[in-house]
Amino acid sequence: MARITRRRFLQYSGAGMAGILAAHRAPVFAQANTVHILRWNDFVPAADKVLREVFAPEVQKALGIKLNVETVNANDIPARATSSIQSGNGPDIIMLLNNYPHLYSSAAVDVSAIADEVGKAQGGIYDANAQLNRVGGKWVSMPWSVVPALIAYRKSWFEEVGAKEFPKTWQAYHEVGKKLKAAKRPIGQTLGNTFGDAPTFTYPLLWSFGGQEVDAKGKVVLDSKETAESVRFMTQFWKDAHDEGGLAWDDSNNNRAFLSGDISASLNGASIYVAALNGADKFKTEKGAPLHTDILHSPLPAGPKGLHGYHTAFNHMVMKYSKNAKGAIEFLRWAHKKENYEKWFTVQKGFAVGPTKDWEKHPMWNNDPVMKPFQSAPQLQKRLMGYAGQPNQKAAEAWNKFIVTVMYAQACSGKMKPEESVKWAAGELGKIYTGS
Amino acid sequence: MNEATAVSGGRTRVSRLTRLLESEKVLAATLLAPGVIILAVFIAYPFVMAIWFSLTSIRVGDTGQFVGLANFAKALNDTIFQQAFKNTVFYTFWATIFKLALGMWLALLLNRHFRFKRIVRASMLLPFIIPTVLSAFAWRWMFDPTFSVMNWMLYHGGMITDRLPFLSSGDWAMWCAVLVNTWRGMPFFAITLLAGLQTISPDLHEAAALDGANSWNRFWHVTWPLLLPVTLVVVVFSVIQTFSDFQLIYVLTGGGPANSTHLIATYAYQIGVGSGLLGEGAALSLFMFPVLFAVVWVQLRSLKRMDNA
Repeated sequence: MARITRRRFLQYSGAGMAGILAAHRAPVFAQANTVHILRWNDFVPAADKVLREVFAPEVQKALGIKLNVETVNANDIPARATSSIQSGNGPDIIMLLNNYPHLYSSAAVDVSAIADEVGKAQGGIYDANAQLNRVGGKWVSMPWSVVPALIAYRKSWFEEVGAKEFPKTWQAYHEVGKKLKAAKRPIGQTLGNTFGDAPTFTYPLLWSFGGQEVDAKGKVVLDSKETAESVRFMTQFWKDAHDEGGLAWDDSNNNRAFLSGDISASLNGASIYVAALNGADKFKTEKGAPLHTDILHSPLPAGPKGLHGYHTAFNHMVMKYSKNAKGAIEFLRWAHKKENYEKWFTVQKGFAVGPTKDWEKHPMWNNDPVMKPFQSAPQLQKRLMGYAGQPNQKAAEAWNKFIVTVMYAQACSGKMKPEESVKWAAGELGKIYTGS
Repeated sequence: MNEATAVSGGRTRVSRLTRLLESEKVLAATLLAPGVIILAVFIAYPFVMAIWFSLTSIRVGDTGQFVGLANFAKALNDTIFQQAFKNTVFYTFWATIFKLALGMWLALLLNRHFRFKRIVRASMLLPFIIPTVLSAFAWRWMFDPTFSVMNWMLYHGGMITDRLPFLSSGDWAMWCAVLVNTWRGMPFFAITLLAGLQTISPDLHEAAALDGANSWNRFWHVTWPLLLPVTLVVVVFSVIQTFSDFQLIYVLTGGGPANSTHLIATYAYQIGVGSGLLGEGAALSLFMFPVLFAVVWVQLRSLKRMDNA
């Protein structure tokens, strides 16, 4: 083996560095067609595995793109996005939740071409997702998936208190919940400052009673008798039927509480059921049966003004600062092709559904009747944050300040009377929308 | 140029440099320069940028416009910020009081002679050594609304019949945060005060004891006055760290329930980073500056007075 002396090493490395500096460009290995994508740690870990172990080698083979998948906690993505945008350096693609594309629209590459292609080829992108990703008439990010929020509940426990099917109205749910809590099987719901399960519960609750943040012109109209009625209802419902520890829950507490048999129902993605299914030996009912055999799903109950739901949107933004925006766009185009997307979609088992209507027709939905309610859940999403206005930056600010969730939490915790809490929330919204 | 000239030129340069450095002003400036550069780059520049951001409507990806004091006015009118400010004062006040009282007590105990003294002293630093995020996660599990080990012990010990709302009641959550901060910060007080205690001559205690002073009087009239300068410095450091605390609350409660535990730093992060409103976030965080400046000013004045006395 040839010996490399210290002197020779310094000569070689010095010459190499001089070459790089003279050429004003990085060496070839660093210029490879690499796409760095930042996503959340998926609640279905198998899906991240598909990205790393299936997508990465396949896209390398198909397009010569080296895919670098980085995953972090969903709550930490805004911090990464902000620092990347401000420093002009970071992942080529960032996964953004809900209406975050509106917040970061000025840092986005136009992906209208892919959105149009995918929409046309796959039965159309859901309207709600189009609103979340279109700013100023162009697509600033590409919808990747939707995680529907439905109530997971214990079939046998509901039957034991006389509910043969899931209650259709909030009042009926309240009555059933009282009996469940009396039997030490309360409903579990977070009202904490957390990104997913809290707002996906409180916004539809507000809407189903007829409350709304603003009118179509952007005037704050939250302080209404409908809103007050919904807060009064929730305050009593909380006391009578809920595990009151939910005020401090994040998005994972209800999963643990449900799987350990501490709560009878909870609004969630399908992750509770998927975990029970994957851990059939571990998670059992009190009678020793696999827990997943006692779980069903239902949409939220209807209020006086109808039935509503909110489903978390997952979107991919190609960043303007990216040195390889072309490669990033090509990767997204490739990933959305049916034959590729399907590999990611099927391991989700329905926890995350596709952004287009064609995915409702996938044969996977025939595999498990318990997951059926997730199939067309995105169709239930008729409203978005900031309703009846747009899901714009102001709506995002209100969402991020948890104003609607805190409105309920303050009343449920006894910190404020329902009417006071509504007035407080309307005041806070007023400062965001009109600055007064 | 021949070799002799080059050597003589080199000598001239060296002697010029030496002569230059012989000047006290130049030498002082040269020695200070690295420190000044570090302070300018890592302290002054971010601080000035924060002030500039707070005077503009900068958002993520948008440089914004100059808006004067509008961000500060919005913050003052923001009830969540008002609550966060009150929470920060409450949290800092009680955590500092507890850290001082318990830290002093611990320092006095550790100042005695007993077996395994060194091991005990070293182990006292553990809470301070463990990264805050990790210890906050451990506490969060201990306070978990459903699976709290403390609730489990109290329940099975027959001391409670229903779970205690450690993090699900606003008041409880704030006291829990104070407790965790005290647990984490107390070793810093204890070790620093212990160092101070060891500088006090035992002769003074002996003399006081001979004069008939009991242990409380010896502490109050001998130990406490001599320990005051060290105590003041520790308290100021602690106030600065506690007032600007972020990690502990972010992990333990996220500011909830119902914003009951938001501190200025966590709320500024939520606005600046979570909502992308960098200007407003900067303005919120700058509200910490006058408070901390006042604390440091009072401390420096007190120390100066003590020096003069």
